[in-house]
Amino acid sequence: MSDNLLRFEDWTSPVPAVEREVVSRLIEGETEQPPLLFIPGPGRGAWAFAEHWLGHAANRGFPAYALTPREGTDTRAHVHDVVQVAASLPRQAVLVGHGQGALVVTRALGRYPARAAVLAAPVMGRAGAIGAGFKANPFGTLPAVFGGRLRLTKRQLFSAALPADEADGYLNRMTFHRPLRASAPPRPVGDPPVLVVGSPDDRVVSRKSLDRTAAEYGGAPLLFPGMGHELMLDAGWAEPIDAILDWLTKELSAS
Amino acid sequence: MHDTPDIADRRDAVCVIGAGASGLAAIKNLREHGFAVDCYERETSVGGAWNWRHDRSPVYAATHLISSRPLTEFPDFPMPDSWPDYPHHSQLLSYLERYAKHFGLGEHIWFGTEVVSCEPVGDGRWDVTTQSTGGGSHRVQRYAAVIVANGHNWSPAKPEIPGEFRGTVIHSAQYKDPAQLRNRKVLVIGGGNTGCDIAVEAAQQATTVWHSTRRGYWYAPKYVLGRPADQVNDRMLKWRLPLRLRQWLYRRTLAFTTGDLTRYGLPAPDHRPYESHPIVNSQLPYYLGHGRIRPVPDVTRFADGKVELADGRRIDPDLVITATGYRPRFEFLAPELLDTEEDGRPDLHLHAFARKHPTLAVVGLLQPDAGLLPLAHWQGVAVARWLRLRHDDPVRAAAVQQKESARPVRSWSRRQVIPTRRHWFEVDHIAYLKAVGGLLREMEPAK
Repeated sequence: MSDNLLRFEDWTSPVPAVEREVVSRLIEGETEQPPLLFIPGPGRGAWAFAEHWLGHAANRGFPAYALTPREGTDTRAHVHDVVQVAASLPRQAVLVGHGQGALVVTRALGRYPARAAVLAAPVMGRAGAIGAGFKANPFGTLPAVFGGRLRLTKRQLFSAALPADEADGYLNRMTFHRPLRASAPPRPVGDPPVLVVGSPDDRVVSRKSLDRTAAEYGGAPLLFPGMGHELMLDAGWAEPIDAILDWLTKELSAS
Repeated sequence: MHDTPDIADRRDAVCVIGAGASGLAAIKNLREHGFAVDCYERETSVGGAWNWRHDRSPVYAATHLISSRPLTEFPDFPMPDSWPDYPHHSQLLSYLERYAKHFGLGEHIWFGTEVVSCEPVGDGRWDVTTQSTGGGSHRVQRYAAVIVANGHNWSPAKPEIPGEFRGTVIHSAQYKDPAQLRNRKVLVIGGGNTGCDIAVEAAQQATTVWHSTRRGYWYAPKYVLGRPADQVNDRMLKWRLPLRLRQWLYRRTLAFTTGDLTRYGLPAPDHRPYESHPIVNSQLPYYLGHGRIRPVPDVTRFADGKVELADGRRIDPDLVITATGYRPRFEFLAPELLDTEEDGRPDLHLHAFARKHPTLAVVGLLQPDAGLLPLAHWQGVAVARWLRLRHDDPVRAAAVQQKESARPVRSWSRRQVIPTRRHWFEVDHIAYLKAVGGLLREMEPAK
């Protein structure tokens, strides 16, 4: 992995600007903590984090923001949006990506020196997106193998502990697309600490895939057994976010 | 006043001089590589040349960037994509202020403090003497390295014009506001970007405008084929079109857009395209075509209170603005430290690293054919990585130094330019970034 000095694509055809939706839960007064920027995968919105995690993080002293990804599956445009929003925050931000949002975060890390990064149930590339889903949901997953849409089911996304009507409500707000494509991840600039979290019972991202992603960033994944893919919406959502904030607090005090 | 004799040892800390764009990039990248940093800034705020509040800032009310946003922003901290292609200087200042705040750089900067001298004390360490801007007692501190980022657009180079003139002569550094031009007869001397900008503003404000240039230049428009011209140019570089072909395309493009400026009395360029610092101005040809700007040759002297030109003509302006550029100045360093030649031009590896002092570097001393900030950023990364390597692995650092000394100057410095002071630090941004990229690869942290 080497430094990316020549950026002809950005210099000759910049990503067109769009209006971006950023939802935030802020802290009153001064705070020592860096801002957190949550990034869902395409097809979900900032709402997925606004539901529980944003407020919870703010209660623990972290100004929290979430970005709604733009339409479409152009990975470069998604990365552009994340870096744009991160750079617009008052302080060096912590990037937290979920699902395919984690893939976007790994690319953004090559462009922006994040304070730290968290990859939650990271879906890395097309192979990663097809991963465990093939066993759990062959018909929804099959089209993605041929470059089509990846449709996920309630059973994949949520554990049985979440009431069915809540799960249906969330599912109705999601849309499903062709998985993002991406080349090899860049080396993160500024060498930020990176944490991978997930569930061994996630039926979208396999345990093997979690381990592989964590190993790339020199660690092991932090696991939350029993949870579905949607760590921030599933029953027991408090556990992963608390663990993330604990890890952050430790990392930030170490440096 | 007595100087304090005791020297505070700052150990592995690095001293950065100047908190303009280049200095800020240096602080940020040094911090990222684990260095403690003390930055000294003579003004009371960041932004350097881009901060119009500063005495030495060269910006005027209408200064806009001449390189487009994507080619001007720091590579790891983009400008808002909602900004225009060519932002205003006040936007650039707010961008630098946000950069400093975002990365918490302010706490490492000593404002209102200027550096009086930097002296090597052996073993690569430096004694840096500082004082409050404009006086006060001296303070000496010892640092592991010195990074100079004092800018090169603040000390006006004023031409010597013999004779007596009855009007006012100012340097472009003193030009701030179009009101200074209103209803006057103005002569602008200098064909650089500033000279052209002021000539255009004078065309909108003054009663009569003469524009004196020594030679013909290639005046590029800001937009070509509906895109910012530098973005179109980089597309040609991306496709690796050879220089000759690019020069041909450049001539064709100008012929289609700006047209032949000799028609208005401008001299034809005495060099090929890409052999001088690019001049980007869409409005100059427009006002030439409207007769609002009258091109005139070089000024030879003042005579009888008037201005005499090289062709013997005399003109009668009441305001002369010399847009004749700036000189690099490093009063706090003995000239030999930067291998400074007689004419004041320092000789540095990659225009950045002092050849005989491995812990002395200059950041931002470049005239690129694109925005300076990306290049200053990568210089900052290279300097930080170099100092880290030298600290952690002296053997490998020595090997890198050995290899680097064999890097041909031609590979990173654009040699084929007209030989004038303003082209001392002229670089092609692609060739330069490739060279810095090569150096960065050699110093890659072992994993």
